Amino acid sequence: MGLLEAIILSVLAASTPLLLAAAGELVAERAGVLNLGLEGLMIMGAACGFAGAHFTGSVIVGALAGIVAGMFMSAIFAGLALGLAVNQVAAGLAQTIFGIGLSGLIGAGFVGERIEPAPHLYLPVLTDLPLVGKIVFGQDGFVYASIALVVGIWWFLYRTRAGLILRAVGENHASAHALGYPVLRIRALAVLFGGACAGLGGAYLPLAYTPFFIPGMTAGRGWIALALVVFGSWLPSRVAAGAYLFGAVTILQLHAQAMSLPIPSQFMSSLPYLATVLVLIAISRRRGLAGSVAPASLGLAFVPDR
Amino acid sequence: MQLVLERRAESSAAVTIASPLIAIALTLVTMAILFAALGKNPVTALMVYFIEPLTDSYSLVELVVKATPLVMIAVGLSLCYLANAWNIGAEGQFLIGAVCGSWLAVRTQGTDAGAWVLPAMLALGAAGGALYALVPAIAKVRCGASEILTSLMLVYVADLLLDYLVRGPWRDPNGFNFPTTAEFDPVATVPILIEETRLHLGALIALAVVAVASVLLGRTVKGFEIKVVGAAPRAARFAGFDADKLVILTFAISGALAGLAGIIEVAGPVGHLQPSFSPGYGFTAIIVAFLGRLNPVGILIAGLFLALTFIGGEQAQISIKVPLDLTKVFQGILLFYVLACDSLILYRLRIIATRPGAADGIA
Repeated sequence: MGLLEAIILSVLAASTPLLLAAAGELVAERAGVLNLGLEGLMIMGAACGFAGAHFTGSVIVGALAGIVAGMFMSAIFAGLALGLAVNQVAAGLAQTIFGIGLSGLIGAGFVGERIEPAPHLYLPVLTDLPLVGKIVFGQDGFVYASIALVVGIWWFLYRTRAGLILRAVGENHASAHALGYPVLRIRALAVLFGGACAGLGGAYLPLAYTPFFIPGMTAGRGWIALALVVFGSWLPSRVAAGAYLFGAVTILQLHAQAMSLPIPSQFMSSLPYLATVLVLIAISRRRGLAGSVAPASLGLAFVPDR
Repeated sequence: MQLVLERRAESSAAVTIASPLIAIALTLVTMAILFAALGKNPVTALMVYFIEPLTDSYSLVELVVKATPLVMIAVGLSLCYLANAWNIGAEGQFLIGAVCGSWLAVRTQGTDAGAWVLPAMLALGAAGGALYALVPAIAKVRCGASEILTSLMLVYVADLLLDYLVRGPWRDPNGFNFPTTAEFDPVATVPILIEETRLHLGALIALAVVAVASVLLGRTVKGFEIKVVGAAPRAARFAGFDADKLVILTFAISGALAGLAGIIEVAGPVGHLQPSFSPGYGFTAIIVAFLGRLNPVGILIAGLFLALTFIGGEQAQISIKVPLDLTKVFQGILLFYVLACDSLILYRLRIIATRPGAADGIA
């Protein structure tokens, strides 16, 4: 296996959790809800996903457990931010703190345990093709699921009537309400979907990336996923491109650390975070000229008049 | 039957005062259920968590020691949040303040530098925290970058910088390779207020911060501007208040306070710089700010209450063997309830009968 092939494989693996979480958040934000609690959702998905896989020995059960955990957490968020019109920033922070604590409780018994990681696809002949074989035909199910998810979201948002309504709710909730669309119900569904994706993205970490659970193993990936949605201008294709770019930054800094360059490892480790800050600044600056592309009702509470 | 929110004509005064108390009561009930689920006696557990720390003098002093950074950071954050500027990276500003102040302590170690060292360290800490907070503030004002994400990302960067310094250039040569600086000299240490305790000067500084913030918000034009910009941005524009300048100002103040709290923590109770010397004060302070209803005096009380959860959590870990992560669960639940109860100040929940034949889904 060539070095380039190895790097591409590890970039895909590092990008997948970001892509899953960011794609889900994209849908929630397109509906006008800023769910800042992705980090809490992902770490809960990781803890519950590992627990599910550990008890049953099945990666699929683990993935489902991660999804359920993400949906459970985002249901609390939806109840607060949508049902009680609470400030979405604060509710998202509460969700993060709560998720980090609860995942620590759930995961405490599993620290040091190992599971069998998610199997990789193997198709005779195809997977053995040189160069592209392993990259295209030799991934685990999560990688394929994440790509299918992005395509599905693109199709839903731009090719279906329901997607059009969801975007309308995010752009102008008052008009959507006046047209008779159930703003809060649509938003709640979008938030639950985003939670499911983030839970799955979190579950990917202990189920496929590293076959064990460490408290706090998401290490800010939820926040980076949030930044990716901004980076991707709320467009599925660009969010995907951003996720792979950030996966590449993560992997390159790991390779640089392994080569023991005379640069402190902490500096290399901080690169993904610094890159996020710089990219956010650069992209917002450029966009400042053309006006914001964020959904117009993003983060605003909606209480229907009657 | 449907539950709907209905805006109150005027916010109810009784609910305004009661809401944080209701939130705490609901949190305690939830915690009791959680303890029972973990197989602990809920009454004993709650006693260990919330009552026992109040019964001996050592814990009472610890309460003040832990509340000190929380209150200082939360007062700064409350100014930001009132002005609708979302600084959630106070943890990073706290760490950078500690690093900047410690630089002087490390540089003057073992020299005969005089009493100027500590004041200079505190000034450096505040300046470092303020500058670090200005990065997201300027990025927001000049480029429109989300201050929420940039300020949070910088927490990870600050954490790694601290880690690098204490493992690399600042490591104590006589420290058996532990990642820590040498103990600070006496002139670089925050003085103790009461002999034989850990009560230090920082507690008085925190009180002064509360007093100054009360005056700023209640009696000055600047404080009024901050509140108007957050509560009624359109009105603020008509009044000619510059929202961008206030973002910069509130971020700088909150960064300075977080940085000051950071260097006080390191030069006080900790005594040297080490990785992860903060149990997440910068994040808990966000809860303190909201529980205190973004009011300086409220924050003082809320800071003491959340300090109690840290101490109670440590004691509960030892005496009834519950994981330390329970403290974070508790803090998260508390913030959920605080926000939910706050909503009831603005709105009332009403149950309405669904009209027969009403359009489906008008939620």
